[in-house]
Amino acid sequence: MSTIQNLNAFDPFADTGDSEAQPTNYIHIRIQQRNGRKTLTTVQGVPNEYDLKKILKVLKKDFACNGNIVKDEELGEVIQLQGDQRVKVSEFLTTQLQLPKKNIKIHGF
Amino acid sequence: MSDLGFDPSLKKKKKVKKAEDGSESPAPEVVDEMFANLKKKKKSTKKAEEDFEKSASPVGDDLSSSLGDLTLKKKKKKAVKTVDTSEFEQQLEEAGVEEPASEAVTSDGQDIGFSYEQLLSRFFDILKTNNPELAGDRSGPKFRIPPPVCQREGSKKTLFANVQEIATVLQRNPEHLIQFLFAELGTSGSIDGEKRLVLKGKFQPKQMESVLRRYIIEYVTCKTCKSMNTELKRESANRLHFLSCKACGSTRSVSSIKTGFQAQIGRRKRA
Repeated sequence: MSTIQNLNAFDPFADTGDSEAQPTNYIHIRIQQRNGRKTLTTVQGVPNEYDLKKILKVLKKDFACNGNIVKDEELGEVIQLQGDQRVKVSEFLTTQLQLPKKNIKIHGF
Repeated sequence: MSDLGFDPSLKKKKKVKKAEDGSESPAPEVVDEMFANLKKKKKSTKKAEEDFEKSASPVGDDLSSSLGDLTLKKKKKKAVKTVDTSEFEQQLEEAGVEEPASEAVTSDGQDIGFSYEQLLSRFFDILKTNNPELAGDRSGPKFRIPPPVCQREGSKKTLFANVQEIATVLQRNPEHLIQFLFAELGTSGSIDGEKRLVLKGKFQPKQMESVLRRYIIEYVTCKTCKSMNTELKRESANRLHFLSCKACGSTRSVSSIKTGFQAQIGRRKRA
């Protein structure tokens, strides 16, 4: 067996370390319509290692909008922002937080 | 009962025997005929050889003789072929007049000189007129999705008139499509008497189109062959939705529709 080097070096059942193993860690960015022309952007599923409060503070300043953090029983903490900030939020997440773009899903029209 | 059971079996056996006899008896005849034919053909080949050019066939005979007994079958085949050619030549000679005529036709075709491009375009024209599906026309009439028709109902609601039509074109359950629309747009709504969808909120046809496009990519198109001729099935065993392609036969699992977080809008409930 030891003569076949491939079998020794590679364990096919070992974890490859690809992020595809956990498909549930998507970040969903949604939009909701409010009264009139007003809208609301929600960011759901930001990984726990980030401090949401600090992110929110930066986002509010950058996008010049108000926002807050809502605690949901099932989905954890969700960032709410006033207005349609979907594209800006996804850009922020990819450039500043180095999150892979395939993990971010933008919903809405 | 045993007698009754026994009799038909006997008959059957007899029948089988008869069938066997029948099959056996004509077979030798056929074989004989075959051999006879072969012999005749051999004779005819010899005659043909004598009659016509002796250039090609003697070479074959020499080869077969040199190769020995192993090439008996080959020899027979060769003989048959030579017979065919010789017969054809005979017929041609008998016809006499036809030979130059056929040659003229071929020569005429060469003179006209259909180029490859011309023939190719002609072929595709015929194919498109007769059956356009085979001519590589992906966006055929079958999968042309009508543009979404949106009307405003009052100031806060949108009427999506042709949901039903779009769902039938996509071969999807309209309820599945509506569920997706609700989840994606973050609204709720209902279906009115004429099976039109009433959505809460203001939506432009352009916005609906982008959402529909996402639905099609996610739940309609086959990832392997890009075909839209697919079927969405729900397997009761594992409660998963599976997309099976009717064009290439591949199946893939499809994520279920999740509404996600819905923010509280408007007045809060009194505690």
